[in-house]
Amino acid sequence: MLINPEEIKETIGMIQEQRLDIRTVTMGLSLRDCIDTDGDRLQHKIYRKITEAAGNLVGVAESLQKKYGIPIVNKRVAVSAISVIAETSDLEDYMPVAEVLDRAAREIGIDFIGGFSALVHKGETLGDTRLIDSIPRALSRTERLCSSVNVASSKSGINMNAVLKMAEAIKETAELTRDRDGIGCGKLVVFANIPEDNPFMAGAYHGFGEPDRVINVGISGPGVVRATLEKYPDADLMKVSEIIKQTAFKITRMGELIGRESAALLNATPGVVDLSLAPTPTPGDSVAQIIEVMGIERCGAPGSTAALALLNDAVKKGGAMATSSTGGLSGAFIPVSEDSAMAEAAAVGALSIEKLEAMTAVCSVGLDMIVIPGDTPVETIAGIIADQMAIAVINHKAAGVRLIPAPGKDAGESVIFGDLLGSAPVMPVSRFSSKDFVRRGGRIPAPLTSLNN
Amino acid sequence: MRSRAIVTVLGKDRVGIVAGVSRVLAENNVNIEDISQTIMQDFFTMIMLVTLDEDTISIPTLQDKLDSVAEELGVKVTVQHEDIFRYMHRL
Repeated sequence: MLINPEEIKETIGMIQEQRLDIRTVTMGLSLRDCIDTDGDRLQHKIYRKITEAAGNLVGVAESLQKKYGIPIVNKRVAVSAISVIAETSDLEDYMPVAEVLDRAAREIGIDFIGGFSALVHKGETLGDTRLIDSIPRALSRTERLCSSVNVASSKSGINMNAVLKMAEAIKETAELTRDRDGIGCGKLVVFANIPEDNPFMAGAYHGFGEPDRVINVGISGPGVVRATLEKYPDADLMKVSEIIKQTAFKITRMGELIGRESAALLNATPGVVDLSLAPTPTPGDSVAQIIEVMGIERCGAPGSTAALALLNDAVKKGGAMATSSTGGLSGAFIPVSEDSAMAEAAAVGALSIEKLEAMTAVCSVGLDMIVIPGDTPVETIAGIIADQMAIAVINHKAAGVRLIPAPGKDAGESVIFGDLLGSAPVMPVSRFSSKDFVRRGGRIPAPLTSLNN
Repeated sequence: MRSRAIVTVLGKDRVGIVAGVSRVLAENNVNIEDISQTIMQDFFTMIMLVTLDEDTISIPTLQDKLDSVAEELGVKVTVQHEDIFRYMHRL
């Protein structure tokens, strides 16, 4: 037999026992050809473009899932930033565009649609302002729509006016989805250095340097890495890195296979494989547990940042061998509510927001799916965002902030969002104020890239 | 279009597993090219490399047909296009 039976058993074990899956097949779709001065025509064109181009996305993903026997968990579409697409139109409020995106997503049966987005790292145009103003209502009245706003970049610095504005949008979104513990904020990311080809939500949007339609794939598989490492309790960290690299290679190859084939079937350009370890609330499918298997008692204890740095780097090294087309966020994700062991670590006091912030310096994403007290001041939220943006800007990496100030909830209580969004304890935030700093406004300049220290 | 697929059968050993699975394959014109089978502590593992004509029977359809016999036999049968293994373990 050309394929070794042991290899076959390993693959099947990874899928059936360790929950290896393709997290998402995401079609990036340009809406530039939908721009129109008339708001009604704009909506009509958007609906038609999405339903025509991505109409078969779910069917194709399901057929590949059966052909290869590997689950494809989410099917998604990411469109061009709506702040640009709607700007020429006579719409003064972009709620109708949010609704048409949501309706198109429902019609074709996808899980999420991203791109209700704006890029304001240096300043706002009218379209950006209108989009940001409509985010809280858009997220409270739609089901599948995701929104992201880029407020900082390594080339331009941090737009602190936008940071504060986004903190206000987060508070308002939480308030408008108060009946579900502020879940609207789970679909809103504030970004620095936003990638143009990210298949993961809520930060996926279709960049302006991308082709008309493209297929980007997000892989998963923290459970596989954890299960493999469990077999080597005494390996030194060089060996641990080697094991993670080999596992990441195998996981990424799955993404490469599914990406190439789905792109061909959907008449789209093959895009990137996002080399990310994305946890789910299912026990075992956890990045925190990988850190714990390495020997950290609870994620967040001293050593966690080093362990995460090792993990993140090894995932990239193994993944980069498996595909020539890497992109998106690529790295380990550390969302709190979506990773049951991460949420437990926060609940027992092992993991704080400050430790998470340190960990974001060495991995992809950023402060992600963190529930904070509902009465957290806007300025404190802005301060937390600004800190994360600074880490990303200085380190030339992407980072997003997804905070959920759960209305009416205090630190120590917990919230349950369900499905992939999971549940989490409400984490305490600093009681000291950032107000006078964030209210100064203006822009923190771009960093110098020499004199590195 | 002729394709190669891997059929894996996992479960508690009992009489008739090979016969039951092979019968479904034969009925659907699926040719067995190679078989490897082990029994460890009463646990039955069989891996078959098969070829099928996807114009006659697709992998999902074959999976559905094997699912019904798998239920009778109390085993788990999975059919997967061979490329998934090739991609994962070979460059």
